[in-house]
Amino acid sequence: MSVPASDTKTASWRNDAYAKVTGKAKFTDDLKIPSLAHAVPVYSDYVHARIVSIDTQRAANAPGVLKVLTARDVPGANRFGQIIQDFRIFADDKIRYHGDVIAVVVAESRGAAIRAADLVKLVAEPLPLVLDPEAALRPDAVLIHENHGTNVINTHKIRRGDVEEGFRQAAVILEESFQTQFIEHAYMETEVSVCVPRADGVLEVYGSMQHPFSTRRFVAACLGMPLAQVEIIGTPLGGGFGGKDDTAAIVCARTALAARLLQRPVKMVYRRDWSIRESYKRHPYRVRYKMGLAKDGTITAVQCRIVADGGAYCSVTPWVTWRSTVQCCGPYVVPNVHCDALGVYTNNVVAGAMRGFGSPQMNFVIEQMVEIAAEKLGMPAIEFRRRNMVRQGSVTITGQKLEGHKVAMEQVLNTALRETDYESKLARCAFGKSETEELYGIGLAMSYRGVSLGAEGVDFCAAIINAQADGSILLETGIHDNGQGSESAMCLLLAEELGVSVDRIRYRRASTSNIPDSGTTVASRGTIMGGGAVTMAARELKAKIAAAMAEKLGCLPADIRFENDCLFGKPGVEPVSFAEAMRHMWRTQRFPYAFGVFKAPQVTWDEQTGQGKAYFTWVYGCQVVELTVNQRTGKVRLLSQTACHDVGRAVNPSMVEGQFYGGMAMGTGYALHEEVRMTEGRITNPNLNTYRIPRSMDLPEMKAIIIENPDPISPSGAKSIGEPANEIMAPAIANAIYHATGRRHFSLPIRVAPFQTGPENPAPIP
Amino acid sequence: MKLHVNGKEIEVAEALVEKRLVEFLREDLDLTGAKNACDMGACGACTILVDLEPSRMCLRRVKDVAGRRILTIEGLAGPDGALHPLQRAFIEAGAIQCGFCTPGMVLTAHAFLLKNPSPTRDQIRRAIYQNLCRCTGYQQIIDAIERAAPFYREMPEQPTRVSQPAPSEALAPHTQTN
Repeated sequence: MSVPASDTKTASWRNDAYAKVTGKAKFTDDLKIPSLAHAVPVYSDYVHARIVSIDTQRAANAPGVLKVLTARDVPGANRFGQIIQDFRIFADDKIRYHGDVIAVVVAESRGAAIRAADLVKLVAEPLPLVLDPEAALRPDAVLIHENHGTNVINTHKIRRGDVEEGFRQAAVILEESFQTQFIEHAYMETEVSVCVPRADGVLEVYGSMQHPFSTRRFVAACLGMPLAQVEIIGTPLGGGFGGKDDTAAIVCARTALAARLLQRPVKMVYRRDWSIRESYKRHPYRVRYKMGLAKDGTITAVQCRIVADGGAYCSVTPWVTWRSTVQCCGPYVVPNVHCDALGVYTNNVVAGAMRGFGSPQMNFVIEQMVEIAAEKLGMPAIEFRRRNMVRQGSVTITGQKLEGHKVAMEQVLNTALRETDYESKLARCAFGKSETEELYGIGLAMSYRGVSLGAEGVDFCAAIINAQADGSILLETGIHDNGQGSESAMCLLLAEELGVSVDRIRYRRASTSNIPDSGTTVASRGTIMGGGAVTMAARELKAKIAAAMAEKLGCLPADIRFENDCLFGKPGVEPVSFAEAMRHMWRTQRFPYAFGVFKAPQVTWDEQTGQGKAYFTWVYGCQVVELTVNQRTGKVRLLSQTACHDVGRAVNPSMVEGQFYGGMAMGTGYALHEEVRMTEGRITNPNLNTYRIPRSMDLPEMKAIIIENPDPISPSGAKSIGEPANEIMAPAIANAIYHATGRRHFSLPIRVAPFQTGPENPAPIP
Repeated sequence: MKLHVNGKEIEVAEALVEKRLVEFLREDLDLTGAKNACDMGACGACTILVDLEPSRMCLRRVKDVAGRRILTIEGLAGPDGALHPLQRAFIEAGAIQCGFCTPGMVLTAHAFLLKNPSPTRDQIRRAIYQNLCRCTGYQQIIDAIERAAPFYREMPEQPTRVSQPAPSEALAPHTQTN
């Protein structure tokens, strides 16, 4: 595929499209490596127990088995984690959840390893289960991690203004409780890793992960090896959605350990039921929300308490709950806020990062609260939103003044309303009354979202451009392609910046040994951070090329234009082709090579007050859904979905639309279908037949409306879309169901109870 | 036992006839395009066409398809690597994200369009119901299938893509590799 640079605004272009559509793309499990051994994890049936002994002898003697690994075999750190080092590579003292791995069996074939896994014997003393996060907070609760001293993983707070005074000023005070569920990322590709010990002592790691550098830290720590001796090699990834972080890294670490000890290549491919059993989920939240309202429709105060079930290990719970507190009032200005968030250990499946990262739960709460509030005041919900929403120069609940970028909340809302004919359709909603069986409703939700990591962590990214003497170009960044098409976006940005055709550019296969650690590809930071680094590198490269070519082009370096694969100088002077310029640089001993860095602007945070400049920029979005609810069955049928987001700039519009659609689909699953069900800590729906992600017929026709307000802070102008697209469909559906039925739903997934049946409306025959 | 895979006749060693088809194709024939994502026929990532009908190969054994014509994603493009119009449509419509469901999705769509080259969008939605995708919300996949339909309408004869195996192309018998 060749796309001229001038066409990049309209084209759908991906550097990996040919490989993927022909089945030639090699995902990790597709790699063929000679003398490969196969590893599988071993679980126990305990949920909470103290380990007495693990007997691996019978498994080790089973046919085909090469080695059985346990915590005793770990030469480096068996405990690791990005925040609290409580994750175990292998369970060593206790079983804390049903997905804890006690051993790994390595055998000549996967079948032999699976058969032998049953022979590993764990002797353990069962402990009381702590499955309810509120119960886990009681002073007498059994501790999941005794050394931690409490089941509270972390707390965050926001203290702004005087919340008591705010409630005194209120004419109306609302109080509601909400509850959300564990959900699974359900990436199509399960966890997998292939590790190859190299003759030079370096361990090569291939795997399904969205964060090669974080994986390298896990692997190196587990093996007690220096970072430079572990090389993570970029491999196509079958979906991440935030889920290919800690668990994926641990799978790589166990595989690496097996490869290192056996000194031969080892592959570990997760079965779907292992993946769902062990991998972390989206946190279930319990939220108590109190809102004070003045007669004129302004919000005077918000008080909220968030309890997040973090499951058995910390993972990134403190960061997830931090975003929840920062965004706990949605895109609304509230002068008085008192918010407490707690992450809590339980014996449930671990909770960690998932697309949205603490915002989908809160938006489900807030975007219903504002509609409840408006109704209470007898005011249209759109007017209530307009009265309270953030605008240019508004100050957020953490004291951050929104400036330096276009605060597009109103633009996004207006566009969504206009494009969906929202207000006239709202007037047609059934509110529980209809002459037919189907109740019609339309609903919307909106949000603003802090871009990238914010005050969560160190945020910078590198890019390398290495142009060749024939005019072809190698590009590499520290961002990982999770399937979203980040490599393509980077190539398109570079083509545009250099004024060259994109087919000159080849994205270099990523390796942690080649580019500096640029953090993880999470937090919707790929395009803004990676694209920023590419733009910075391209500018440096252009300066080098211009300096080399100015004399030939008869002008000052600054006056050279890069267009149509050529360099243009003084009018009348023959332009020089890009390839000729590269040849000239080579002949004159100059490398057309540039290293670019984009550092996120400074953010600030005061943990004591929960005040500060939380994020360096923000994005704005609004989604609308139309649906019907069947009175007799309660079944919800979606009619249309529309997403409208300000993305800064759409580098690859077709892929941006793909993010809108996929985000709405995932949000639909969250609203109506998905729930990891557990009985006594054991997941009872561990495969895709019982864990139901949306299928084609569950979804309606979708519409994507891209709004572009290039962000001055972002060198490329682009911001984010991965997570914004996935954080507001659930409340939009909840609001639409309310408009259809007149009933509010405070917990996810939403199950609409059938309406009262009368003679004219007979109950279905069971 | 013989199989016809992507237009080539393959002799299968006796020891392999009980093997699961997904493992046989991926491991023994190195046809790794189709994926195994659930092992139980729920996701459609392992879809291949058997006599031009979509089939989930994680549920079948090699012997189940003896003598049948199998088309995998590797057999859809031309021998010179030229993309099938359906594949081009997937690229042009932006229907590819992570690509893990793509091979199964493309083959399901191929079988469908051979039967119904003038589908409505609802019929397309119904046709891909068995194939899960977590990235796209299916919108651009449906766009792609709609975009490719005219090609199927203009095809002279159906089906045309699975041709008789040429004897010279027949592969050597396969032996157990693990």
